[in-house]
Amino acid sequence: MLGYILRRLVQVIPVFFGATLLIYAMVFAMPGDPIAALFGDKQPNPALLAQLRAQYHLDEPFFVQYFYYIKGIFQGDMGVTFSGQPVSEVLARTLPVTMRLAVMAIAIEFVLAISIGTVSALRKGGIFDNVSLVVALVFIAVPIFVLSFIAQYFLAVQWGWFKPTVGANNDWGDLWLPALVLGFSLYATSMRLMRGSMLDTLNQDWVRTAYSKGLPRRRVIPVHALRNSLIPVITNSATNFGILLVGATVTEGIFNVPGVGNTLFHATQKHEGPTIVSFVTVFVIIYVIVNLVVDLLYGLLDPRIRYAK
Amino acid sequence: MEHYVAPVKDAAVVVDAIRIDEKPRNLWSDAWTDLRRRPLFWISLVVVVIILLMAVWPTLFTQVPPNNDCQLANSNEGPASGHPLGFTFQGCDVWSRIVWGARTSLSVGLLATLIGSLIGLVMGALAGFYGGWLDSLLSRIGDIFFSIPYILAALVVMSVFSQYRNVFTLAFAIGGFAWASTARIVRAEVLRVRQADFVTASLALGQSRFGTLIGHVVPNAIAPLLVVTTLSLAAAIVAEATLTFLGVGLGGNVMSWGNDISQAQQSLRVAPMALIWPSIALTVTVLAFIMLGELIRDALDPRARARR
Repeated sequence: MLGYILRRLVQVIPVFFGATLLIYAMVFAMPGDPIAALFGDKQPNPALLAQLRAQYHLDEPFFVQYFYYIKGIFQGDMGVTFSGQPVSEVLARTLPVTMRLAVMAIAIEFVLAISIGTVSALRKGGIFDNVSLVVALVFIAVPIFVLSFIAQYFLAVQWGWFKPTVGANNDWGDLWLPALVLGFSLYATSMRLMRGSMLDTLNQDWVRTAYSKGLPRRRVIPVHALRNSLIPVITNSATNFGILLVGATVTEGIFNVPGVGNTLFHATQKHEGPTIVSFVTVFVIIYVIVNLVVDLLYGLLDPRIRYAK
Repeated sequence: MEHYVAPVKDAAVVVDAIRIDEKPRNLWSDAWTDLRRRPLFWISLVVVVIILLMAVWPTLFTQVPPNNDCQLANSNEGPASGHPLGFTFQGCDVWSRIVWGARTSLSVGLLATLIGSLIGLVMGALAGFYGGWLDSLLSRIGDIFFSIPYILAALVVMSVFSQYRNVFTLAFAIGGFAWASTARIVRAEVLRVRQADFVTASLALGQSRFGTLIGHVVPNAIAPLLVVTTLSLAAAIVAEATLTFLGVGLGGNVMSWGNDISQAQQSLRVAPMALIWPSIALTVTVLAFIMLGELIRDALDPRARARR
């Protein structure tokens, strides 16, 4: 297991540097002079300009600038937003909200995917199975911003079950509506994987063995079959996490949840390039870490993965 | 010792009936026989054809010009004669804007898919065929692109090049980052095809390695790529609408479903239908492409067929 962990950690290093370098290269290509922009319409003193350029290492070659940027990230300094706040401060305020939303959304995703997927597999070809497959396809096809607006209009504005926007009160209970939208936008692929993997599991010899030694169905299905069918759902949740991050940007913007996605959403709407880049970098780093953790978990669940070269 | 011998039935048993006149069956003809019988295949095909017609020939579906005929007096009005879906906030005809918007969505979708598939094909084919250090290098580059959710990457690209927001830059931003999964699929298939005897034969006959790759390996490894193309197209259409909604996609004056939805959001409470109709158009289009792609994929995969 230790070898597997080390191997995965080594694999993540080039990905981390490559991804940050790629994003940083795009910022480098960004038109306009950031230092001149600081002065607005005023004509700054050339000496002051040169001093500021040196202070922000803007007079150095590309790779040196990238090195300072990476050094900053490891020291918790991720630059400042357009309005001058340090990104790390904004993150400290907004990340807990997004984490709360993400945990709720993933919980909703898993509950829906596992329960609907299992029942569908058990009643393969039945009405429930067919209806749930069609519904899942619709949820895969609906873009998240459309789903958000429709949920906001019907569930909040028309029927008044939820508040249309979240705002300053963003405890667990206040995040139900955006969490439901996110969870429903994610569950469909997982549910179909769950159904497929459950169908495969139910055909295994050891499931027949479990039945033939007299175990009741209520023990075979949840304890033996379900646990062994979960692996594709867990691996998929890592891929799904990318969709979750984009979804969080959209839902936090629409439902006004003061999280990281909301900051990115507003920066995007106002075309604040540098802020967009800082927060996308944050999201990419989170995505890489989550994928690493899920891979390690996967190795823990399935010994075959650990020993595979 | 006495052995029990099973009695031989006198009725002749035909073990294998060979019909000479039967057409030879292959993967694609099997898939076609399977698809032909599925109503969902025909439904999604009809929807796709209608959307394509809308994109190529919008005046076939509506006579109302989408932009020039807008009157603020009609702002958010319901359906009227000649305007079956009512009016937008700006007083434009909703149906006409949906019809004309199909062209934008499809252009971005097709172009982005083409770019993504081409990059994925080249990267995957080179990595899979040549192997060695080239494979390691290209696969690591693929891993890097795979580790950035492509909508987020496209968001950065479009915000950097915000002066040049049009169908082409958007398609490049989406396709330029969405190729990593395609490259993985192509690489796996090329690895499989490389083992085939006809590749050895081609090399033995003196064909160059690159010529063999282009002439024999790629044509035989392209099927899985074609299958995921419809799915990539659906994903690219969603990406375009999402980026346009976020404000970094196409400019506000471009007719697209993403723009229509994002403009209708301001009057969602008073005129929800102006938002719901383009949303339905977007969803139905994406759904049709996903369904078509998945049905073809399942039809080509005997294991998936057994699961039904």
